[in-house]
Amino acid sequence: MENHINLFISSVFVNNMIFAYFLGMCSYLAVSKTVKTAVGLGIAVIFVMVITIPVNYLLEKFLLVEGALSWISPKLANVDLSFLSFIIFIAVIAAIVQLVEMVVERYSPSLYNALGIFLPLIAVNCAVLGGALFMQQREFSNVWESVTFSFGSGLGWAIAIISLAAVREKIRYSNIPAPLRGLGITFILVGLMAMAFMGFMGFKL
Amino acid sequence: MSQIFSSKNLKLLTNPLNLENPITVQVLGICSALAVTVKMKPAFVMALSVIVVTAFSNLIISALRKTIPVRIRIIVQLVVIAALVILVDQFLKAFVFDVSKQLSVFVGLIITNCILMGRLEAFAMANKPWQSFIDGIGNGMGYGWILIVVAFVRELLGSGTVWGYPVLEKLGVYSTGYVNNGLMIAPPMALILVGVIIWIQRSRTRSLIEKK
Repeated sequence: MENHINLFISSVFVNNMIFAYFLGMCSYLAVSKTVKTAVGLGIAVIFVMVITIPVNYLLEKFLLVEGALSWISPKLANVDLSFLSFIIFIAVIAAIVQLVEMVVERYSPSLYNALGIFLPLIAVNCAVLGGALFMQQREFSNVWESVTFSFGSGLGWAIAIISLAAVREKIRYSNIPAPLRGLGITFILVGLMAMAFMGFMGFKL
Repeated sequence: MSQIFSSKNLKLLTNPLNLENPITVQVLGICSALAVTVKMKPAFVMALSVIVVTAFSNLIISALRKTIPVRIRIIVQLVVIAALVILVDQFLKAFVFDVSKQLSVFVGLIITNCILMGRLEAFAMANKPWQSFIDGIGNGMGYGWILIVVAFVRELLGSGTVWGYPVLEKLGVYSTGYVNNGLMIAPPMALILVGVIIWIQRSRTRSLIEKK
């Protein structure tokens, strides 16, 4: 249990997807103009990450790594398919995003309308594929750890985008040098927020 | 020959370097860009990989553009990109293993680099293969020079080296009491440096300034 809490805290704050790895920056900068849309995208990212990363973990473990295929027949024990992981991961993510979109549309039209165009765009959000690749690199011992990790990373991403949106809503009223207006000041803002998040470094329970 | 490098095609190559820069103007592909800029060497390798992948994915998708059904185009594009990235990744692992270790997951993340999807959707789906190829190279280079400039500043001020060569030590700067700025190596500085580059670029090219 303690292990899970530690993993969760570290993936939300210490190894924050945005502030430590810059993953999912494109949609982070594009959709953070108002808090309302930021909340929608944040929830969608958490949702998709919690589904895709554990699925990718299982695929990795029972299909891709060396010796993973031995559950089919002992003859396949030497097969190493790990070079295929990129293509499998991205295909799984694209397929699941499509599936989630259809399920949400069928059972919860209000949520579907709230998420709008963000759902399909998540397929190319670097944070989702990045989460899967970090999962592969860290070699979790069981699937529950990957669930904790994916929820933590998604939540960290959501916190980051919602707080940036809140700052950007306020900063609209301040007098910024013209060439810095818009994108420039946003980059510097994210830099300053990332600096604040560096305070969590080495944080452990 | 004159047709291959007509002024229109040359524009495709040079526009993304400044006026339509993928990072500072189109806001594409920042995801994997910033984390690899602590040192110049990985940044350079990353820039080259992205140029290769953008150029060839643009070429392939543009050649296939009339046969790809519109509804499943995203997944077709992703598969082409992912296959190219696997090639690049295997190549890096075989020839520059140490750099490939440093880049870790970020080579894989080229797949979701928004420059690729952005250019495929905006350009390759509607233009001829050769133009798309040039457009891919141009956008890859526009992405690459920002990466290398940021990496140059961070490496020089953060570790006192340029391309691994200890410039500041050879110049004897340390004996005057100068110390490396540890903050430069930390992730936030990459963002702030890109912010400063945008600031400089927009002060020089007033047409890029955003309206209030």
